Amino acid sequence: MGRERRKKYEKGEATAFMSRNQAINKLQLTLADFRRLCILKGIYPHEPKHKKRVNKGSTVHKTYYLVKDINFLAHEPIINKFREFKHFVRRLKKAINKRNKDAEQRIRNNKPKYKLDHIVRERYPSFQDALGDLDDCLSMCFLFGTMPQGARVHMEYINHARKLTVEFMHYIIASKSLRKVFISIKGIYFQAEVMGQQLTWVVPHGLGYQHPDDVDYRVMQTFVEFYTTLLGFINFKLYHSINLHYPPKLELDAATPVDENEENMTEKERYQERLSALSQTLRSLDEGGGEEEVQLDEFPAVETDDPDRVEKAKVEAEKIKKLQNLFKGLKFFLNREVPRETLVFIIRSFGGDVSWHKSVAVGATYPESDESITHQIVDRPQTKNQYLSRYYVQPQWVFDCVNNTSLLPMESYFPGATLPPHLSPFVEEAEGDYVPPERQALINRQLGLQEDSGV
Amino acid sequence: MSSKSRSKRKPDQFDFVDKGVNDSDSSESEESVYSGLEEEPDTSEEDQEQSSNQSDNDSSDNDDDEDITLDDKSGLELSTEQRKELSTASDDELNEINDQRYTGNVKSQNRKQQKQITVKTADRPDEYDYDSSDEEDIRNTVGNIPLEWYREYPHIGYDIEGNRLLKPEKGDQLDEFLNKMDNPNYWRTVTNKMTGQNVVLSKEDLGLIQNLQSSKHPDSMAENYQSSKHPDSMAENYQPWIDFFTHEKMIHPVTNHPQHKRSFIPSKWEKLKVGQMVHALKMGWMKPTKAKTEEEEEENFYMLWKEDEESEITRRYRAHLPAPKMPLPSHAESYNPPPEYLLTKEEEEKWQNMEPEERRMNFLPQKYPSLRLVPAYKRFINERFERCLDLYLCPRKPKIRMNINPEDLIPKLPKPRDLQPFPTAQAIVYRGHSDIVRTISVDPTGQWLVSGSDDGSVRFWEVSTGRCMKSITMETGSLGNMCIRSVAWNPHPDVSLVAIAMGQTVILVNPGLGDKMVTNNTDNVLHSFSPTEEESMGKKVYADWSSIDTSDKRFENGFRLLLQHPKEVSQVTWHGRGDYFASVMPKGDSMSVLIHQLSRRRSQNPFNKSKGMVQCVLFHPVRPFLFVATQRYVRVYNLLKQELSKKLMTNCKWVSSMAVHSGGDNIIIGSYDCRLSWFDLDVSTKPYQTLRHHKRAVRAVNYHRKYPLFASASDDGTVIVCHGMVYNDLLKNPLIVPVKILKGHAISHDLGVLDCVFHPSQPWVFSCGADTTIRLFT
Repeated sequence: MGRERRKKYEKGEATAFMSRNQAINKLQLTLADFRRLCILKGIYPHEPKHKKRVNKGSTVHKTYYLVKDINFLAHEPIINKFREFKHFVRRLKKAINKRNKDAEQRIRNNKPKYKLDHIVRERYPSFQDALGDLDDCLSMCFLFGTMPQGARVHMEYINHARKLTVEFMHYIIASKSLRKVFISIKGIYFQAEVMGQQLTWVVPHGLGYQHPDDVDYRVMQTFVEFYTTLLGFINFKLYHSINLHYPPKLELDAATPVDENEENMTEKERYQERLSALSQTLRSLDEGGGEEEVQLDEFPAVETDDPDRVEKAKVEAEKIKKLQNLFKGLKFFLNREVPRETLVFIIRSFGGDVSWHKSVAVGATYPESDESITHQIVDRPQTKNQYLSRYYVQPQWVFDCVNNTSLLPMESYFPGATLPPHLSPFVEEAEGDYVPPERQALINRQLGLQEDSGV
Repeated sequence: MSSKSRSKRKPDQFDFVDKGVNDSDSSESEESVYSGLEEEPDTSEEDQEQSSNQSDNDSSDNDDDEDITLDDKSGLELSTEQRKELSTASDDELNEINDQRYTGNVKSQNRKQQKQITVKTADRPDEYDYDSSDEEDIRNTVGNIPLEWYREYPHIGYDIEGNRLLKPEKGDQLDEFLNKMDNPNYWRTVTNKMTGQNVVLSKEDLGLIQNLQSSKHPDSMAENYQSSKHPDSMAENYQPWIDFFTHEKMIHPVTNHPQHKRSFIPSKWEKLKVGQMVHALKMGWMKPTKAKTEEEEEENFYMLWKEDEESEITRRYRAHLPAPKMPLPSHAESYNPPPEYLLTKEEEEKWQNMEPEERRMNFLPQKYPSLRLVPAYKRFINERFERCLDLYLCPRKPKIRMNINPEDLIPKLPKPRDLQPFPTAQAIVYRGHSDIVRTISVDPTGQWLVSGSDDGSVRFWEVSTGRCMKSITMETGSLGNMCIRSVAWNPHPDVSLVAIAMGQTVILVNPGLGDKMVTNNTDNVLHSFSPTEEESMGKKVYADWSSIDTSDKRFENGFRLLLQHPKEVSQVTWHGRGDYFASVMPKGDSMSVLIHQLSRRRSQNPFNKSKGMVQCVLFHPVRPFLFVATQRYVRVYNLLKQELSKKLMTNCKWVSSMAVHSGGDNIIIGSYDCRLSWFDLDVSTKPYQTLRHHKRAVRAVNYHRKYPLFASASDDGTVIVCHGMVYNDLLKNPLIVPVKILKGHAISHDLGVLDCVFHPSQPWVFSCGADTTIRLFT
């Protein structure tokens, strides 16, 4: 007779969550492996609404994961690879300690490897999802790509990240999708618009690199491991979306002669160096005619509540097109003290030509004595033997021009001049916010210009 | 010394050591082999040296003695230089030096030994035959103990026979000083701790110490061998390189023993191993490894997201919360921000002192004049790492953010135009009183104004002209205190009566102004009264009613009725219909409030118990309620049911005045602690709103009967007029907007405005003050 007495904590919230230690026990992994697995699979802890109920009456602080998430992790084939790897390390250690060189070599050759393709696919079912989550991926890859060689991080990761970021920059240049740039004290921020998604990433300043002590590089390395896989697939897709070869092929690769800097490089290194110079365009898949710009047909704006929406969109498109060809026809020359890669990337993204002294890096296309150079970017108070046929400006001019979508007057950017403040293009002032006077002046100028052009 | 001595004690052990073993021990025991390679001239030179240095042997120390014993077996002896070194440098240092020498640079050591150490002749005397040592520390047998233990004693230890070793004479500080001045060798004199004797360091010793200090080779003689043959000996301090294990093939083997048998027969274990492998190959267990191609190592990317493929919508996909993006940089993060974004010194200090989590910005804004000067950001990797931690350690939860525009939260203030009419400017000043005007009242028609002053006079004014129509001066004698505490005009339009509270008396005066009909009517009604006996008999008489005869002189002035009270009356107030009026005696205890009925000339005491000092009372304009304000509470009594219906908490220290809205549901209370509280009786017993606009005590508050206005008068000399709209809709709260501060009254004796009254029909306000004037604001 009667119902069986229901016990506490047998249903509801108490069974939906699992503490981290429970999860580790269930998956039979070490804490480090569990961390790696969570990072790779994108599993994060959850905060239960009633912690006490979940913790069976205790109020001790714990990290909770959803039981469903842990069950999901338990089916991951990579776990087996982790175990294999553990086994591998044990065997290798043994062989090393016994000084058995043959066995060591043999074991090393059979190092277990795993691929993360399926995890990328699982985490980002559609390409748009992947693009939307790319900010952290890009910042991290750019950071690893600029890291110096050292004992903290495997060279393999650094090289891989570097290769992928160069490819990504080539795509941005080819698709002209860079929109905003900003020099901050932390690094240089870039914002690009790729397939309707705003991608923002930051590249650290290159000088005076220091490794902090209070950072766990293994965690970062695991992230980079996943991010490089993700970025590789994204690069592949992006390259194919604009009909480029992947892996990228340089347009004039064979034609360019080998100069003295490149003499003692292997073929592969030379290719990599030339690619990272960012100075050459990439070879397209379909030789000859590229596709033409699709013109938007005008639709009668009946159904929309905003009648001049189409008009606005057209103006916007016009503006973007103007921005994309901001430096078209200009020829830049970079002095050796300016950050070469950043500026080459920016100038080429907006249609300009750029070169540098050939001793700085490979891939210089024309020398300083070229008379057709229009701008030389200098970051020193004065330079010797100036050419009269070109402007000498400081690098901030390039950044400010991009953020203003127009070529600014160069007087205040001449070498040695006190620069006007460099403002963030990411700030959108709401009504009532403080607007710095320089920004106000620029806005007014833009409005005035537009009115002028309208008249 | 230890390594060397050890190696020399057992030379046999290394006889069979292979030449290839590059060990420190091996190199020293093989003099027989090297001897063939020795250069002749060197040996002879050393021999000569040896003979000349024979006497020096006597002065060698303990370590040297040991060496000498060993020399018997190895046939070697230290050179003069080495011995000197050993005798002067302290033991520890020596050990270090020797260790270095013997472990670090064995090969050079060999060469040196060949040069410096000579083969000794076999017939050497036993060193125990004579005491070779002249050092004191050998004689001192106390052992390795702290010598402070002997500080108190005249001796420093014992020699081997057990005799005391006395401390050498030591001068006082003066001697020390003189020594310092006179002795040219003072700076190079050190004290031997073991013996207490002074030792003058020689030039070589000093060179040795200098070399040690500059971490050079201690032996300065080593520098003489710069012309070394081997190119590797770059450092001049090292001894020359001897290409001992030379690449040239020697004709003689290093060792002389014959080859072992096992080098001729095939290995059994190798055979077994090969057998195992062959078997494994046969069974297919072992496979030849494939050479890896380069492409296999490279990661292959392919089209992961096909164009035409729909994204699979799983539940997991739907539940996924993408991590929030990192905030974008602001102007302050620029390498060249506008100057207003840079922190001042104080701000920077404050930033430094704050906890990193509490900081609004996680960086210090900085300005660099040029891009080339911008350094790498120190915390860049840390920030990336923290972001990584956030990504995989932070719980994510969708949070519904209230998207409220803060402006919506502010109640909509009506425009000042909508609030009009209200009094804005002073129009008329009524002058005539000679002392503080304490109280005023307007007649129901709004034509006349009555005022009572501390000079004992009551004046009647015409509102529109400001003319004093009538002035009654009270006689002091019978009535005591001359102050007019309160005047109140009967609100009934058909009755022309004014109640005046003065001292213990309430006087009803017919001013005889305005309509003659009304005046006469009032007089007739008062005359026609005939007291009924039975009523007056049984009850207690609270106040003494007396009418003034027509013959009386005071009748001329308009005096009609006198009510003698037991205590001083502070306030009189009429009921809305004009038949009842109430008087307040603050010191009357249980009789502090009396209600008088004019038509029956009767007084009642509604309360039989005092609830505190009553400040003022008011009749509800339409319902039978009486508001009684004590110091801190306002009690609302139902007069019909004779019960307390509400008790309002004023939250102020001392209530000064009170006014009821014409609707009767809202009252305002002024208090001596500068507050004005609005009560909505339907809503709560606590104030709906409290205004603190006055600087000093609020003396009087008043509602307008028609317009949504109320005013408060204060000791700071101002009258504040507020818009107080009460809506018929019960759900809508009253709208209270202060609209005007009226100034004009001067402050005297710390008193400002004492009373304010609205005109019954116009949006005008009268005020009277301590500056003896009455003012009208329109």
